[in-house]
Amino acid sequence: MKAGANLYVGGGIILLIFLLAVFAPLIAPYDPVTSANLMYAEEPPGAQFWLGTDEQGRDIFSRIAYGARISLFIGLAVQVMNTAIGVSLGLSAGYIGGWWDEIVQGLTNLMLSIPTIVFALALMAILGPGLPSLLIALGMTDWAYSCRISRAQVLTQKSLNYVQSARTMGFGPLHVMFRELLPNISGPLIVVATMGVGSAIMAEASLSFLGLGVVPPNPSWGGMLSSAREQLMVAPWVAVFPGLALFAAVLGFNLLGDGLRDLLDPHGKGRK
Amino acid sequence: MTKAVLDVRNLAISLSDGAVRVPAVEGVDFTINRGEVFGLVGESGCGKSLCALALAGLLKAPMAVSGGQILLEGRDLAPLPPREMRRLRGDKVSMIFQEPMTALNPLMTVGDQIGEMFVLHRGLTPRAARLKAIEALEQVQVSSPERRINAYPHQLSGGMRQRVMIAIALACDPALLIADEPTTALDVTIQAEIVELVLELCRAKGTAVMMISHDLGLVARVCNRVAVMYAGQIVEQRSAEEIFTAPAHPYTRGLINALPRLGRRLERGQERLTEIGGVVPAIRDFPQGCRFAPRCTRATAECRAAPVAMTDLNEGGRVRCLHHV
Repeated sequence: MKAGANLYVGGGIILLIFLLAVFAPLIAPYDPVTSANLMYAEEPPGAQFWLGTDEQGRDIFSRIAYGARISLFIGLAVQVMNTAIGVSLGLSAGYIGGWWDEIVQGLTNLMLSIPTIVFALALMAILGPGLPSLLIALGMTDWAYSCRISRAQVLTQKSLNYVQSARTMGFGPLHVMFRELLPNISGPLIVVATMGVGSAIMAEASLSFLGLGVVPPNPSWGGMLSSAREQLMVAPWVAVFPGLALFAAVLGFNLLGDGLRDLLDPHGKGRK
Repeated sequence: MTKAVLDVRNLAISLSDGAVRVPAVEGVDFTINRGEVFGLVGESGCGKSLCALALAGLLKAPMAVSGGQILLEGRDLAPLPPREMRRLRGDKVSMIFQEPMTALNPLMTVGDQIGEMFVLHRGLTPRAARLKAIEALEQVQVSSPERRINAYPHQLSGGMRQRVMIAIALACDPALLIADEPTTALDVTIQAEIVELVLELCRAKGTAVMMISHDLGLVARVCNRVAVMYAGQIVEQRSAEEIFTAPAHPYTRGLINALPRLGRRLERGQERLTEIGGVVPAIRDFPQGCRFAPRCTRATAECRAAPVAMTDLNEGGRVRCLHHV
C-alpha cells in the first residue's frame, strides 16, 4: 500500500463517522427513540427506511447516527482517561525508578493479567449500568499499554544529555517529566492512544451488548446488536448495519493509528 | 577563604551494591578561586565526571557522596534539601556537556530553552525572558540572534549548538561553570573558538571554570592550575606550567611523555610513542598501597604496603608519591 494511504483512509472513515455524529439531528430522518411504530416493525431497507427498521419500527439509520455520538464520545473520553493514567504512571515510573517503578510495574502486570472486559464487567456490576459508570469502568482499566510504552520510552530518553542538562540547570522533576520528556516520547503514545479508541468503542459495544452499558432505549451500537440477535434469521439488517458501523469505526481508528505511526516514526517503513 | 568559589575537602564517592561499598573516588581536595580556570585531567573512568556530578548534586544511585565536604562560596552543599540544591543548579553552578548534539531538547526552540533559565531562576515573564535570550545569544556571538532564537536544535551546526549550551549555562551568571569535556565532539578548528569564547565570557563575568578534560594540550593552554586524577584519586596538583614542564608524579610524567609531538619523529628518527605499561586497575581491586604502583617503574615495597598521602612540594603544589621527582 502506498505510504500515507492508511492515514487518509482511516482519517476519512473517522471524519465521516464524526460528521454523522455531530450532525445526527440534521441527517437522521427520524427520531431514534420516539419514532417507534409497530406498523413499520422490521421493514427491510428501502426508500422510506434507508437501512430498514428494528423490531419496534425505529429507523436503523437514525439510530446508528445517534449511536455514533455515544460510541465516539465514550471511545474518546475513555481513551483520554486511560492515556492520562497510563502516561502519568509510566512517565513517573520510568523517570523516578526505584520502589515507585516496582509498584507501577506490578500494577501494570496485574492489569494485563486480567482481561480488560472482565475487569470492566466486574466494575459495571458494582457501579450499575449507565454512562458515568461506563466511563469509569472503561476509563480506568485499559491503561497498561500506554503505561508500558511511556515507561520504556522514558528509559531510553532519560539518559540523553538534554534530560541531564535540564536537571543540571536546576529544573525540578515535574518540569523534566512533562516539559522535556513528554513531548519527546509523544509519537508512539499518539499511535497507541489512537488505536486504543477503537478498542474502547469495541469494549463499550460489548458491555452494551451484555446489557451493562448504555441503557435502552438510548441508541448504542452494542445495544442495537444485542436486541437484534433475536431477529437475526428474519431481519438480518437489524444486526448487520450496526455491526458494520462498529466495524468501520474500529477499522478507521486502527488505520489512522497505523498511518500516524508511519508518519511519526522516522525509522518506520513509511519514510523509505 | 572568601576568595574561594569552590572548596572541595576530602571528597569521597562510593558505589554501593547492597551491603558492599566500593570507593570510586577518594580523598579529592581542591579549591577554585574566583575567575580561575582549574583543570581536572585524567583518563576515562578515573572519576573526573563523578566529581563534576557530585558538585552539582546530581549523583544517581548506586553512586553517592560518602565523605568529605563541598563548599560553594563557603556554604556546605551536603545538608541542603533537594529544592535548595535545585535553586543553586543553573544559577550558581552550571555545566556544559561534551555532546552538543544531544544536550538540547530537540522539540523546543533554542530561544525557549535559553529563556527558561530566566523564567526559572530570575522569575521573569516569558516575554522578558525572550529578550534576555536574544541578548544571551548575542553574547555567544551567534549572528542574527533575533532570527536564530526561533530555530530548533536540528537546524544548527554542532558548534552553534555548543554556543547555545554556553548561553544557557552562563545565562544566570553562575559563580562556577563546570565544563565536562566541552570540545571533545567538535571539529578541531571550532574547538579553539569555543574554548576561547567560554574563557572570555567567564573572565568578563568573573565566573570560575572547572575544565574537565583528557586533552592535555587544551588544559596546558587555558588553565591556571591543574589536578591530575588516577584511579579515583588526585595524584598531583600544581600550576599548569609546572605540571607540564616538570611533572612530579610518575603517572603525570607518563602522560606527558605519551603525548605525540609534531616534528619530534623527524628529530629523533623512527621511534615508538612512549606509553604507560599496564592498565588501570578495576574499581573493585584497587591496590592497597599506591594505586599506580603496579604500573610504576619506581615502585618499591613501601609503595605497595600502605596508602600514600598527598605531600607538599618545595616548589609549590602537591603530589601523592613517595618517590616523586
